[in-house]
Amino acid sequence: MVVAPVPKSMHRSRKLFWNRLIDRSFRWTTLLFALTIPVIIFALVLLLGRFAFPAMHQYRWAFLYTSIWDPVHQHFGVLFAIYGTIISSCLALLIAVPVSLGTAIFLAELAPSWLREPLSFLIELLAAIPSIVYGIWGLLVLVPMLRIVELWLSVHFPTCPLFNGAPYGTGMLAAGIVLAVMILPYITAVSREVIRAVPITQREASLALGATQWETISRPVLRYARTGILGAIILGLGRALGETMAVAMVIGNRADISACIFNPAYTIPSLLANEFAEASDKLHYASLVEGALVLVVLTIIINVIARLLIWSVSGGESQEVHG
Amino acid sequence: MNNRMPVRWQRCRRKAANGLMWGIAVIATLIALVPLILVMYYVISQGLPALNLAFFTHMPKPVGEPGGGMANAIIGTCMLVGLASILGLPLGMLGGIYLAEYGNSRLGAAIRFTADVLVSVPSIVIGVLAYSLIVLPMGHFSALAGGFALGLMMIPTVMRTTEEMIRMVPMAQREASLALGVTHFSTIFRVVIVAAKGGIITGILLAVARVAGETAPLLFTAFGNRFWSTDLGQPIASLPVQIYTYAIAPYDDWHAQAWAGALVLVVLILVLSVAARYATKSRFRLVR
Repeated sequence: MVVAPVPKSMHRSRKLFWNRLIDRSFRWTTLLFALTIPVIIFALVLLLGRFAFPAMHQYRWAFLYTSIWDPVHQHFGVLFAIYGTIISSCLALLIAVPVSLGTAIFLAELAPSWLREPLSFLIELLAAIPSIVYGIWGLLVLVPMLRIVELWLSVHFPTCPLFNGAPYGTGMLAAGIVLAVMILPYITAVSREVIRAVPITQREASLALGATQWETISRPVLRYARTGILGAIILGLGRALGETMAVAMVIGNRADISACIFNPAYTIPSLLANEFAEASDKLHYASLVEGALVLVVLTIIINVIARLLIWSVSGGESQEVHG
Repeated sequence: MNNRMPVRWQRCRRKAANGLMWGIAVIATLIALVPLILVMYYVISQGLPALNLAFFTHMPKPVGEPGGGMANAIIGTCMLVGLASILGLPLGMLGGIYLAEYGNSRLGAAIRFTADVLVSVPSIVIGVLAYSLIVLPMGHFSALAGGFALGLMMIPTVMRTTEEMIRMVPMAQREASLALGVTHFSTIFRVVIVAAKGGIITGILLAVARVAGETAPLLFTAFGNRFWSTDLGQPIASLPVQIYTYAIAPYDDWHAQAWAGALVLVVLILVLSVAARYATKSRFRLVR
């Protein structure tokens, strides 16, 4: 009877110790798992750099500013693919940005409240459809339609340098349109979030001064949200740069730089998709990996910029889900 | 006298501008919906006639022979997704628990940020990495390399959804459990995870459905296979790669099969997206 309290308290403190140990070690374990993300990104850049080394050593900077792709004679310069990647993405932005912004404004400010959520969901569904489905749709539906349009344009405006190419249907224009559809949900969803994050007082002040709804949107609201909207657009650009399957199927895959938007072109991802599995030669493989490295560095930089801009306005996504 | 007219004119002009911009915004929204309707229309109208039981149970036939299916590709996709889940789910879920429970620090914000960046890294580049790390040393394409690539892609998505779902569990529930003297570890597993279970499961299903539709990272890892194979060390067929091969071939039979495959993929993903939305009664993020 006298002995009982002593082991009990010992037992209790030991249990406390174990509990604390379990809690601590669990915390560190989860941290370890969470840290795989930064590790993957670093490993990605470092390993690609290592595997691309033979090509970097051989061509140095010339790889980036020459436009030649000749696996037989081992001459590689990726400028044509960088050009195609950037032009097709810009073409996509040109089409997608006005539509996305109009939609985002409608969804965030104008639409009746019962319509907002279902409509937003429908547009976000565009982002859930796999790339390969856009590819097959682009190749078997859009390209034949574009062939007719391009033929008409090249007959009626033969002198315009944008339209004087061969109207195959596949080419830069087809890639731009498919990409525009694919990035539209991203730009729309993020712009809508950013516009909704504008404090209601900004709107009330403007409306109280007698401004119309549009004047309220265009001045205080959009001015307040413009950094975030810029971020949304850059985010869309990042998506477009890295998009592979749909582009590889409709862009025509020709290693060429041409001002005409009908002509076939190449992008870095579609170059990888077409040639990587067959690159048995060491220099060819290293050149393709260097292309991948250029792409990944470009997208990481663009995404960091975009997300910093968006976070500066909406203050991080997770906080918002909380409320 | 001179002042009155301009004011009235101005008001008219401002109202007209307001109406015009309303119209433009409505038209933009309608234009944004057109691609969804067009893609869905073609996938259903072209895919449905080609879809039958044989599509799910038969092997691909040689060119020119009608019929056949994609049984090997369906099994292949299931295996690849299974492999990816073995890698992606534990890493993603435990990482998500860290972000939700301990992640209100600068380190947490940094990890969250890099996770968002990793989601946007082009999938083909992940394929290049898997090829260089697994296919080159092994000397041939394999299901293992494909599963590895897809698994890497799953980690950030699973992590962020798990985090968001756990964060939605009210603080009071945690506090009640902690106040009873339960350890934080047990609180997370017996209270928080249980409360967030539905959301986490739908989030995982959605992540799974999305990697199931990925083609680019499989092109030179799992590669594709015309024959029946469940060997992890060998090339394996998958639905998206099979669709790609069939779509770029010049045969009408194959195009029909490719449309049918696209329909299966789209239905799978749409059903899960809608389910995720209604199961969690909250805005589930489809866009990352």
